[in-house]
Amino acid sequence: MGIDLPLIWALIIGFGLMMYVIMDGFDLGVGILFPFVPARGDRDLMVNSVAPVWDGNETWLVLGGAALLAAFPLAYSVVLSALYLPIVVMLLGLILRGVAFEFRMNADRGPRHAWDTVFACGSYIATFCQGLILGAFIQGFVVSKNAFAGGGLDWLTPFSVFTGLALLFAYALLGATWLIIKTEGDLQERMRALAQPIAITLFVAIVIVSIWTPLSHPEIAARWFSFPNIILFSPVPVLVVLATLALLWAVNRDFHALPFLLALALVFLGYSGLVISLWPNIIPPSISIWDAASPPQSMGFTLVGALFIIPFILVYTAWAYTVFRGKVRAGEGYH
Amino acid sequence: MDTSAASTTALELARWQFAFTVSFHIIFPALTIGLASYLVTLEGLWLWKQEPRYRELYYFWAKIFAINFAMGVVSGIVMAYQFGTNWSFFSTFAGGVTGPLLAYEVLTAFFLEAGFLGVMLFGWQKVGPGLHFFATIMVATGTLISTVWILASNSWMQTPTGFTVTDGRVVPIDWLKVIFNPSFPYRLLHMTAAAYLATGLFVGASAAWHMLRGRSTPAIRTMFSMAMWLIVVLTPIQIFIGDQHGLNTLEYQPAKVAAIEGHWENVPGESVPLILFGWPDMAAEKTHYAVQLPFLGSLILTHRLYGEIPGLKQFPPNDRPNSTIVFWTFRVMVGLGVLMLALGLWGLWLRWKADLYASKPFLHFAMWMGPAGLIALLAGWITTEVGRQPWVVYNVMRTAEGVSNHSVLALSIALILFVVVYCVVFGVGLGYMLKVVAKGPDEGGGPPVDEDNLFHRPARPMSAASGDIDVPAATGN
Repeated sequence: MGIDLPLIWALIIGFGLMMYVIMDGFDLGVGILFPFVPARGDRDLMVNSVAPVWDGNETWLVLGGAALLAAFPLAYSVVLSALYLPIVVMLLGLILRGVAFEFRMNADRGPRHAWDTVFACGSYIATFCQGLILGAFIQGFVVSKNAFAGGGLDWLTPFSVFTGLALLFAYALLGATWLIIKTEGDLQERMRALAQPIAITLFVAIVIVSIWTPLSHPEIAARWFSFPNIILFSPVPVLVVLATLALLWAVNRDFHALPFLLALALVFLGYSGLVISLWPNIIPPSISIWDAASPPQSMGFTLVGALFIIPFILVYTAWAYTVFRGKVRAGEGYH
Repeated sequence: MDTSAASTTALELARWQFAFTVSFHIIFPALTIGLASYLVTLEGLWLWKQEPRYRELYYFWAKIFAINFAMGVVSGIVMAYQFGTNWSFFSTFAGGVTGPLLAYEVLTAFFLEAGFLGVMLFGWQKVGPGLHFFATIMVATGTLISTVWILASNSWMQTPTGFTVTDGRVVPIDWLKVIFNPSFPYRLLHMTAAAYLATGLFVGASAAWHMLRGRSTPAIRTMFSMAMWLIVVLTPIQIFIGDQHGLNTLEYQPAKVAAIEGHWENVPGESVPLILFGWPDMAAEKTHYAVQLPFLGSLILTHRLYGEIPGLKQFPPNDRPNSTIVFWTFRVMVGLGVLMLALGLWGLWLRWKADLYASKPFLHFAMWMGPAGLIALLAGWITTEVGRQPWVVYNVMRTAEGVSNHSVLALSIALILFVVVYCVVFGVGLGYMLKVVAKGPDEGGGPPVDEDNLFHRPARPMSAASGDIDVPAATGN
């Protein structure tokens, strides 16, 4: 009897991380695309398309950390200490990227170019580390006596490096399709042209991860390929193929929002695949959300607030996005 | 022996990393708290009185706020993750209390700030003045709510109540007692007042800098006057709050107070003197070269002539905080507080003599006091945090028990990366903030309010603080 608090919290944290991946995904993607767009005016437009919202996007990452600490302190402790260096480097990447928003506009010409480089580098570093962390998470952690008991470099494997690279393409696709919504003319054409090879590469990466993961983790293979799961979960790979094809089709036609929505669908499907593979473990390979749960008094107290406040957050976040809807234009009056 | 030496080094490195990152971080939220409330005041005055100086000031401080806020956000994310990366045993143990408090901070404060910040900085032409004012108020409210939660969490670690320890971890039993723990009200008021004072001193110094260079526009005079009012009113209140906070600390963390005072033992029948200066020596268990005033220690801390306070020798050596450090950081804080009081009173006197904007020595004093609030704030935090040692949760968990098992190598790499990136990035950021300060408010400037272009162009084309871009935009209409 009673409500399954760990389950509800896993859903909330899963939702929060999903929001983060989607929202900071496209603004990190904008930074990832910087090297392909050298012109200053275009870069200003790109940054301008995310400047009013990046703070809010990144707040979902803070929520992820705080909610994990509140609901699953063991997972927070074990996973973060196991991933010490990649997390530190990711945070430093986010710092470089975040301050570059403001600094590039206060800089003189020379330093401004340097801050553009910092903006791009920070985006690459943060994204690559997030992918690395994702890969290491899938691989699991050595835990003994409620603490991480593995080595300081356990996270560094060919698989995690591969997922790091793959996430760069995922975020770049979100960024490119976001910019298709927010820009027009030349820059939009460039994004349409870039989105195509990025989408194909991402698709190939998803296929490779989908083969690599079950091959190296028999329990994940069993999860996917046993009956009746194989039928229940079969829509996921089918939809990945369909979303990719639709995206490749839509990106070269006069759609503005559709490519972004399809990119979101693709990311969501990848995320679902991850959840299917790892559920219900919050410290793979064997510690479940129920094992790692905080005291019910902690979960319950925080849940009241979360259920009451998150709807408000979604409403005013949506409002803020509405205020800044439409194309960003090279403003009259900024020269 | 070797491993324990290595683990001591690892503990010290982890503590240095936390101290370094949190000290850098706290500067930004302190200014964010103060500036957000200041911006609400300015925008309210502008809407009410429609005097251009308020709009000029709003626009000017919003640019500085934007740079500062970005640095606060990114350095804050580090804090949210550092409890797990470096203090995993503490987080496993106490996450049941600190986690929900942090989660509430994110839910009620961080989202509110970030959600309305975009409209506040970039939305001048996208929403009406009423809605824009509302956005500014929401951002400021967010900063204050954030203060409440984070200080509840920190105060709980200082004076933990409302919990029990079951199966080796903290279980909250009474959330009201957890949040309203004994030191929370004092710490909350002390920190909020400190953030306002630090901001007021920074604003006042910026105005003084311009006035000393012969630039004395109505806007600059206004911000100088507002800052001086704040300082003269708030400093005495802050000193009173600090005194009450000290008495609270004496009750709940007597070892901290003994370390602050460099007080080792009571002599029967004698009152406790106030040691003005000296050098507390942890090994020798005495305070060298003490310059002391009789009776004052008893009088200040017990409000009685012969009252006694516990001496450090009453605590086992491994339960004593480092007196050498907190003795001095406390005196830096109090000394700067006295200077703030002097600044406020001098300003009041000059105002009465109608000489506030012309007295060169006073303007110099106000300018040099610019960083005083932030330095005092840091000194105060060092006092209370070092004074809490050797505990991470007071009398419940030792700092050494809370630290993650990282190698010295990994910790050293991380610390070096933090030091290099923070010094460069935040050094440059402070430089840009001062650059905007040095440009000063644009006369007749303000956010563009061109109705024709309501939906055609972004109000702040690229960045909230793009000074070089916005001057023509603002004046060209």
